[in-house]
Amino acid sequence: MIRRLLLPAAAAELVIAALLGLAGLAGLAFVALYAFDGGDTQLLGVALALALGLIGAALLVASRTAFKQRQVEEDRPEFAVPGEASRREDAIEDATETARAGLDGVTRRRLLGAAGAAAGLGLGAAALTPVASLGPRVGKLLGESPWHEGTALVEENGLPLRAGELEVGSFITAFAEGADKRDLAAAVIVVRVEESELELPPERRDWAPLGLLAFSKICTHAQCAISLFRYPSFPERSPGPALVCPCHYSTFDVLTGGNRVFGPAVRSLPQLPLRIDAGRLVAASELSGPVGASWGGVREA
Amino acid sequence: MIRRAVAFLDQRAGAGSALGKALRYVFPDHWTFLFGEIALYSFLILVGTGIYLTLFFEPSSSSIVYHGSYAPLHGQEMSKAYASALDLSFEVRAGLLIRQVHHWAALVFLAAIVVHLMRIFFTGAYRKPRDLNYYVGLTMLILAVVEGYAGYSLLDDLLSGMGLAIGNAVALSIPAAGGQLATLIWGGRFPGAGAFFSRLYIAHVLVFPALIASLMALHLALIAIPRHTQFRGRGRSEANVVGTPLWPGYALRSLGLFFCVGAVLFALGGLVQINPIWQWGPYEPYLGTNGAQPDWYLGWLIGALRLMPHLDVAIGGYTLIPNPFWGGVLFPAVVFGFLYAWPATERRLEGDRAQHNLLDRPRDNPRRTAIGAALFAWVATIFFAGAADRAFVQLGVPYEGQLWGYRAASILFPIAAYLIVRRVCERLRKDDGHPGRGSGARVLARNREGGFEELPAGRAPGAAGADRG
Repeated sequence: MIRRLLLPAAAAELVIAALLGLAGLAGLAFVALYAFDGGDTQLLGVALALALGLIGAALLVASRTAFKQRQVEEDRPEFAVPGEASRREDAIEDATETARAGLDGVTRRRLLGAAGAAAGLGLGAAALTPVASLGPRVGKLLGESPWHEGTALVEENGLPLRAGELEVGSFITAFAEGADKRDLAAAVIVVRVEESELELPPERRDWAPLGLLAFSKICTHAQCAISLFRYPSFPERSPGPALVCPCHYSTFDVLTGGNRVFGPAVRSLPQLPLRIDAGRLVAASELSGPVGASWGGVREA
Repeated sequence: MIRRAVAFLDQRAGAGSALGKALRYVFPDHWTFLFGEIALYSFLILVGTGIYLTLFFEPSSSSIVYHGSYAPLHGQEMSKAYASALDLSFEVRAGLLIRQVHHWAALVFLAAIVVHLMRIFFTGAYRKPRDLNYYVGLTMLILAVVEGYAGYSLLDDLLSGMGLAIGNAVALSIPAAGGQLATLIWGGRFPGAGAFFSRLYIAHVLVFPALIASLMALHLALIAIPRHTQFRGRGRSEANVVGTPLWPGYALRSLGLFFCVGAVLFALGGLVQINPIWQWGPYEPYLGTNGAQPDWYLGWLIGALRLMPHLDVAIGGYTLIPNPFWGGVLFPAVVFGFLYAWPATERRLEGDRAQHNLLDRPRDNPRRTAIGAALFAWVATIFFAGAADRAFVQLGVPYEGQLWGYRAASILFPIAAYLIVRRVCERLRKDDGHPGRGSGARVLARNREGGFEELPAGRAPGAAGADRG
């Protein structure tokens, strides 16, 4: 479109000068806004955008009008084509010969090559070794958890979590007493359902006193924090109460002990067996599985 | 004046002849050549705004209590990183503008690279002698994705922390080495040691930008040495290059584009809010929010993580390959592996080992265009699957149904794209028409004997495609 402006050269130059002048003003406006207006983000952005845009417009108009435009033709450098004789073949020959000539007089090339490779390998290994300092040996680290028999559950403010505080259908985040809250395994979700609804496997029968269940808060798929509790309080009640991860929507069934019912997670949500100790919620033993995302070698269950 | 400047350079660097050559360097004119330039200019703006941000940002995970001017977070415990990003947004004049421009520039940078890659692919510009440069470009794209992820992960707000949790899970999922690898990078189990933020920071502000800048210099050199490619046209051959010389025509135009890219980015940064971190709050591993979405260039990976059925490889009750591996590692590896392998694959398929300086139009090579379209359809379908939860909230389409729909689509769409695009290309090649241009009318002309005959397409006066030689 600018090509068709067909401004006379003198007029074009005036237009360009005017655009550049306005750009300068917009730049000054930015300075003034910064100094006197307290730096309003929108106005600052507009001022700078105007300054840049006007310069851009000036340059584009200039490239189409005031400055001479021409189409030219240039030859390309020739590159070697395999199987075709060309000037480049000589260049390849020349470079190859020079490289080879430097090796003349060396008799045990293989030996030297192997020794060089050995030196490189050794030095490479030495150079890479300090990488090991970046982190601890993985060992059993990934499966660690602050939950043991008797560990008390506390709320986010550090106060003990009491069984009587939770109504049916409620949902609260709790932590292992004394643990770092940022420890991936420290946070559990405590939910309460009707005791009669529970369908826990026989070995977990006594893990949920009064219908209170605790699960690791960290999704076993990609370790986002599970933040949704689906508890249908009127029919249609199926599927039943479930915990949902907001990242990729892995869904875990509460009544059967954290089995995955939907989404990409594979492992069940680790369950924390609970007992009630003088009204306080306490871990009856360790979590039923490792917390967080799976890694090669983790127990599937 | 100009002579004195040139003489100054020539006497000290012998640069006179090289400068003359550079000023006469020929740029073929085609609008599709601008995407690479947009990427380059976005990168310059990223570096400029990024340096400014480093003057205020503290990459530290040590904990403080917030007392800044954003009242809703008063008294909250948070990391210094997040607090300094809040101060940068509220206390530092023009700080929010620069931060938002930086974020927008990253989105535009990656978008420009991806569109540029599509231009290169569909016109066959990656063929010898430019295959080497194509590999450099692909590597820059990977680096840019990681760089962008590192950038928005640094802020330690709730969304970036959730992104890091997923990244850690993907690292853990790498068979055999994953557990140790993730533990090394994070300096321990997620959320990692305090040093992790130093690592992320130096990667984001030095290591990756330096790698990208070096490869960019190499990329430009490898463009200039064999000269630009060009489309076929009158007077254009494999041996020459026809277009506008750098000075004055192209330099002014390209500089104009730089300023226009800057204008758009500053307008976006000033007027369109992006990543309002104060709304998300600080990250703790036990906090999460619904409706979290990453920056667009990671959408294809979150889509893959969501679409993948719940499948681990396990032996005897022990996991060998955890689920996030499929979407987070294997999927991008397959896509990039295909792209890296394609130039050599095509050379073998077509037995074509020649040099190519003239570009194909997409129709000129129906197979390549169809394969490219299929790959794009595959990645794009999975990309949209990443937004299925938003479609559920906004439009009410059930999530589970969408998931199955996308799974089917991610298999069917690429096949359909391949068949349709191949057919369209072959048809276009036969008719030599232009989609969206020309009426497709047949032109009849009277011949010497007085009868009428149809002129072949493209031979009629004024017909589209007539100037394509």
